[in-house]
Parts: sequence; structure tokens; C-alpha cells
Amino acid sequence: MAEPPAPYDVAVVGAGVVGSAVARELAGHELTVALLDARDDVGEGTSKANTALLHTGFDATPGTLESRLVRRGYALLSAYAEATGIPVERTGALLVAWTDEELAALPRLHDKAVANGYEHCAPLTAGEVYAQVPALGPGALGGLAVPGESVICSWTTTLALATEARARGAAVLLGHRVEAAEPGPAATTLRTTAGDVAARWVVNAAGLAADTVDGLFGHDRFTVTPRRGELLVYDKLARPLAPRIVLPVPTARGKGVLISPTVYGNVMLGPTAEDVADRGDTATTAAGYDFLLARGRRLMPRLLAEEVTAAYAGLRAAIDRDDYLIEADPERRYLLAGGIRSTGLSASLAIAEHVRDLLGAAGLGLVPRTRLPAPPRMPNLGESAPRPYRDEELIARDGAYGRVICFCERVTEGEIRDALRSPLPPAGPDGLRRRTRAMNGRCQGFSCAGEVEALLEAGP
Amino acid sequence: MSTTLTPDVVVVGAGPAGLTAAARLAPRLPPGRVLVLDRERAPGGIPRHSDHTGYGLRDLHRVLDGPGYARLLTERAAAAGAEIRTEATVTGWAGDRAVDVTTPRGLLRVAARAVVLATGARERPRPARLIPGDRPPGVLTTGRLQNIVHLHGRSPGRRAVVVGAEPVSWSAVLTLRAAGCTTALMTSEHAVPESYAAFTHPGRLALGVPVATRTRVVRVVGRGRLTGVEIEHLDTGRRRTVACDTLVLTGDWVPEHELARAAGLDLAPGSAAPLTDTALRTSAPGVFAAGNVLHPADTADVAALDGRHVAHQVLRALAGHGPVPGPGVPLVADAPLRWVAPGLLRPGDPPPPRGRLLLRSAELVRLPRVTARQDGRVLGRRTLPWPASPGRVFRVPWGLAAGADRRGGPVRIGL
Repeated sequence: MAEPPAPYDVAVVGAGVVGSAVARELAGHELTVALLDARDDVGEGTSKANTALLHTGFDATPGTLESRLVRRGYALLSAYAEATGIPVERTGALLVAWTDEELAALPRLHDKAVANGYEHCAPLTAGEVYAQVPALGPGALGGLAVPGESVICSWTTTLALATEARARGAAVLLGHRVEAAEPGPAATTLRTTAGDVAARWVVNAAGLAADTVDGLFGHDRFTVTPRRGELLVYDKLARPLAPRIVLPVPTARGKGVLISPTVYGNVMLGPTAEDVADRGDTATTAAGYDFLLARGRRLMPRLLAEEVTAAYAGLRAAIDRDDYLIEADPERRYLLAGGIRSTGLSASLAIAEHVRDLLGAAGLGLVPRTRLPAPPRMPNLGESAPRPYRDEELIARDGAYGRVICFCERVTEGEIRDALRSPLPPAGPDGLRRRTRAMNGRCQGFSCAGEVEALLEAGP
Repeated sequence: MSTTLTPDVVVVGAGPAGLTAAARLAPRLPPGRVLVLDRERAPGGIPRHSDHTGYGLRDLHRVLDGPGYARLLTERAAAAGAEIRTEATVTGWAGDRAVDVTTPRGLLRVAARAVVLATGARERPRPARLIPGDRPPGVLTTGRLQNIVHLHGRSPGRRAVVVGAEPVSWSAVLTLRAAGCTTALMTSEHAVPESYAAFTHPGRLALGVPVATRTRVVRVVGRGRLTGVEIEHLDTGRRRTVACDTLVLTGDWVPEHELARAAGLDLAPGSAAPLTDTALRTSAPGVFAAGNVLHPADTADVAALDGRHVAHQVLRALAGHGPVPGPGVPLVADAPLRWVAPGLLRPGDPPPPRGRLLLRSAELVRLPRVTARQDGRVLGRRTLPWPASPGRVFRVPWGLAAGADRRGGPVRIGL
């Protein structure tokens, strides 16, 4: 019988945005790292269906770990996006007050932002609100500007982090659902649906399954309650209506829905917030649609005259406490990164640093590697930077970048081919959508599905 | 620098309307002055993948299948001297009558003296119809179904539910059948299938497919793979689940109006198509529109005859037949009619294509009595022997409104 392979130094369970960032960070050290995920692609869980905002952290609860990590993560991810080509649009946000109660809450939110170290908020009169977003429905009483809030491509973010982790030597083990963890004197053996993976240290970044994985290590400290958020994505023709992110004012009655431009040139309305029992329930609902349409009609009536391009639902990994839950367990050589809600996208790189430091303090040797590969340059899925279909030189070099396959999103054969040949290629049509935008447009494959499927089947 | 082309006319879209317009225009202009652009790999538009018969009746006076019709229209346009460029995607405007184009051979700028938008229509996909539920693959429009089956030889599932019972729905049933997929049920929100009788020939072939009237799909069921749909009776509210692995959403057409919107053209109320007069001029000088982008979606031959009509109007404009005559009188569709095309009457303009106004009704009216009124005066009233059906374009003889004062108030068409 062959000798079992040497255990990894660290296994990261969960290849969402947090797990990928952690794997990338650790792989920058003299460590062998495995990044595991139950699904057949990175970012397939809670990371793929969120509001895709790059948060400043202005509205976090001051003094929390979340406040600190979102603030730090905002700076880190801004720089990382610049370096790798993750689409970001610096749109800024407005909190808009529609009731006296909301209006009265604005000064407190302004103070809170300052307490979170964010100094750039500015109060707005109703007139200033309408000057910034003229398409808002009647009745806005005032607002608060948060100029740093931005929109980002969440798909490219996770993919860039996992791609770089891999380039730094991490093993990306997809389709590895962890079913048991068996501690040993030197390493923990993770029993997965695709075989055993042994590692000296284990990081739990399993998102919706974080409590389950935590239980495998003998802990019983929190419960993940999936909170479903349904979203409507409106046609690109609506984009001029939403030059900025329009945020609701959080009140005692909940968080409300937002309207946001997307980096792909659409407008998003949502999310709903509904606790569900089933961790796989990403169905959309009639009640969700009715709720969003009713809100949208009030917030921006003209938006509802445009076509809906996509409707989806994501699950947020809400837990029963008001902060991230990131704790090392040196005895078991185990670390939990749980309770990372929707701000986790913004905070991901700071969470990775924090996890690294906790592991270091818990006894993991951290020797930075020299001569790391350069960060990957990601294909641009955003509308604010040039895309291949308008790139004269690129098309002259390779006509495939001039052959538009998905007309609505203007995705070329060259981009689809590149995705299929990339280090982390898509496992199917959905993975290809997230890497290229193909079939994400207003016709939903009316014209291009056959062509796209044929390219997928032909492979790299 | 990108290449600039300067034809007299650029036609955007090589479907029946665009190709027919080009075939008419090319012989009447100097050689090489008509350019047709299409984003697809091959010209012909939707008929390319509609592998059933019934094409060409009104324009060519013969009956062809879709691909044969697409080929013949292409041959005729090419033989007439029009240049047809495929894999040429118009990505935006570069001037009043100039467009930017992406092709595998590089970027083009096309600056013409006249533009014809013949961009067609598409069916609303699931998100635009707000159908809730799980989101497995296997939910598709007729266009997507026919594209994958007829152009790519792929197979859908084994058992389908088809939403809609209008002509295109039967076309979907035939495609499914040819691909070895049974249609378990067709659903229609209306009390009577929109086109049961109208689509006689293929309808007969497809007989045996049950149609659930007054029914809508309220939930898609199946994670990872479609297993069924929940349907609801609109009157009783009763729900049941129908097992299927394929859901085809048919009809519910919307115009491909992105270029029209990008140019800021006036839109027709109700259809969001570019607003045109009876000469098929849009609100931008030198920009015309023809085909199903104006009336989503009538039959291919009707679209083709728009192309013939617009060609003569483009030639008149190129020959400098004076400025556009006056602001015109709007045509207005009164409920249950949702829209009317064309939407403007101007002094001295020709009758609309085929001498018909095209409208869409929101409900079925079997023996529609159509009235045209202007400034409180009845211009015409006629009972038509064909129904006004929500699943079909409702064609009304032009004579009804021909007597309108083209400097008067709006002309209202009602039932």
C-alpha cells in the first residue's frame, strides 16, 4: 500500500470569498495549503448571490470586529481590485429618509460613521437627494451621502482570490464535501465525499455550513440561520436611473431594500430578508416579488417600467450574534471564521489577515515566502473599463475577440475560450456566466444559448 | 483606426424585414450602396431556426419552411446587390446615422445617409415574467429552444410544459416533438387558446396536446434539475403540479429596441417599439424602422412586406423629397387594445404597409367591431370576421382611419 500523502499544513474548508482570501493569504507563506469546497466551483454558495457592494463600514456597530475588518478590508480590496482588474465602480451611496423617523435617525448614523472611522458622510437636503438621483419617487425628506460606498464584481473577487491562492501553490479541491473530521496527534483527517484530506490545521470558512463543520470539531457555540435575500436585476436601459447606490435608512423595523447600479451596467432592487429553514432554498417567491415591486414602485417608479433581466435569491449566513465569530482553538489546531454576513465580501482580505495572525498566535509557523507570483490579471466584466468587443488591437491580434457570441452582454468567443482555459475553469453554464457574463443578459439565451453550450462542450 | 464605410443605407438586422428592404433598395441605388449588418453567424433571422412550413405566403406567394425562406430572402438580397455582413454586431451610435460595429475582422464605423432598424423581437424570458420558484436549467423560450435544436442539434428534455397557446407556442410543440420531447400540457391565461384555429396546419399535427386555459405557472420546482411546475387556475385558485423536465415560455414578445432607445427615439406607448409614421420614419431624421421591432411579433411575411414598404420610403428620402411633412397626428389604441403600429399619420404620407394597421388586444374579442374616432367624430366602424386575440397581432384595414384629418386631434382606435 502506498504511503498516505503528507498532510497539508492548512486545509481551508469553504471556497467562498472568505475561504479563498484565507487560502491566498496563507499560501503566501512557507505552508502547504488546501482549499476545499463541497461544490464544483469556487464562490458557489453565499458568495455568488449578494448585493455586491464594497462597503466602507460606515454603518457597522462601532467597536466590533466586523467594524474593524470591514474598514481595513475596504482599503485592501480597493487596492487588490486595482491590481487584478476586479471591476469596481466608485458610485457612492445615499441613505434616503422617507419618514420622519428615518430622517431623525440620520444624524445618529452620521455619528456612527465617524465612530467607525469614516469621516466623509455628509447630510443632504431633499433637494440635494433629488439632484443626485432624479428618478427617485416623490416623498424623500432628506439623506446622508456616503461617497465611499462602491459596487464591485463579487464573482471576479472570489475567482481572483482562489486563482491567486492556486498560483501560490494551494491545492483547490472542489467537489470535496467534508463529512467528518478525525483528529490525530499530528494532523486532522477530513473525510470528504472525494476522499480523505489530512491537514495539521483546519480553517472553517464554510459559510452556511460553518456551524455543521464546527460541530465536527466538537463545538456547539452558534447556529447559522439562512436568511434568504431575493433580488431583481433590471435591464441595462435602466442604468441611467441609478447613478448611485440608494440605501434605506435602517430603523427598528428592519433594513429595507436598496437600489444599486451594478458593475455590469444593470440596476438591482433588493434584497428581501426572510429566515428560511432549508440551507439550499434559493428559490424565488411570489411574495418576494410582490414585496420588491411594491418597494420599488415607491422608491423609483420609472425603474418598474423597465424589463427585469434576472431574478435570483441568495442565502446569507446569519448567526445569533451581532458580530463576526472568528476564534482559534489551538488545542485542536482549528479556527472558525463564522457569522460572516454580507459584509464579508468587503472584509475578506482583512479577515484573511486576521485569521493569519490568530493562527500565528496559536502556534502555526508563518514564514513569508519570497518571490511570489504576480497577482492574476482578471478578465474585465465591468462596464466602466473597456471590454474586448471594443478593443481594436486585441481583435486585430485575434478575431475571436471580435466575434460576439452573447449579444446582450457582448461577450466574445475569445473571452469564453479564455475562461475555459483558465486555471479554474467553469464546471458548467453557471460557472461560465460568472466568469464571462455570457447568457446573463436580457434575452437569457434566446439567441446565444446554443452557441455557448457548444463552446462549453467543445472545451478548451 | 477602425474602418469607416459610407453606404447610402445601412440596414441593421438581416431577418425578413431587413433582407426584403435591402433586396428592394439595392437595384435602385448605385452598386455597393446598401449594407446589411447582422450579429448572427448567418443571415435570415428567426426563420433560420423555425423548422416548419408556412413561410413566404404573403410576400413570395409560395410556402416554404423557415430555413428555406431565410435562404431565399438572403439569396434575393445578395443577388440584388446588397452587401450582407454577418457576425457584425452594432454596438452603438457614432452619429445621427452612423453606427459602431464589432466584427471578427475588426471594428467598423458605418456612416450612412439612411438607417433602417430591422432588429426584430424576442420573447420575454422567465425573469421578465417574474415566475417564482427554484431556478434549475430546462426553462427556456421558444427562440432558445429552436436555436439549440435546429441550429445546434441539441435535445431538450423528455417531457415539456409549454406556456402559451398562440402560433409560436404550437411551433414550440412541433420543435419539441421533432426533438423527441413530449408536450404534456400547454397553458394559457386566456379562456380560449389564443390561436387554436389559426394555426391549423401544424395545430393538426400537434393535436392531442391538452391545453389548460385560464391557467398560469406559479412555481418552478426542482433543484439542479427541473422536475415540474405548479400551475394555478386563475378563477378557482386551484393549484396542481405537473411533472416535466422542460418548460418552454412562448410568445410575450418584446421589441429588440436597444438601438432605438440608445438613439433616444420616441417610443410607441404600449409596445415600447420605436414610434413610426406610416412611411416607417422614426422620430430621428433618416432613421427608419421595419418588421417585428415595430409590432412584436407578427408573421415573417408581414415583417418582410414592411421591408418592401420602407425601401420605397427610404428611396424617397434619399432622393430629397422634402422635409418630413408636419408633426402628424398620433394613433392611439384604446383598451382592450394595447398598442397600434404605425403610430403617427402625417399629411401626404402613404397608407401603412399592406394597407393595415397592426394592433394587439389584451383579451379575446371574437367578432370585433372596430371604431376609429377623431375629435369626437367617427371616422369608420367595421366588424371584422377575424378575432382580436391576445396571442396574435390584430390587423385592421387602413380604410377605417384613412379619412382622418392629418392636422386634427389624435385618432383613437377602439373596440
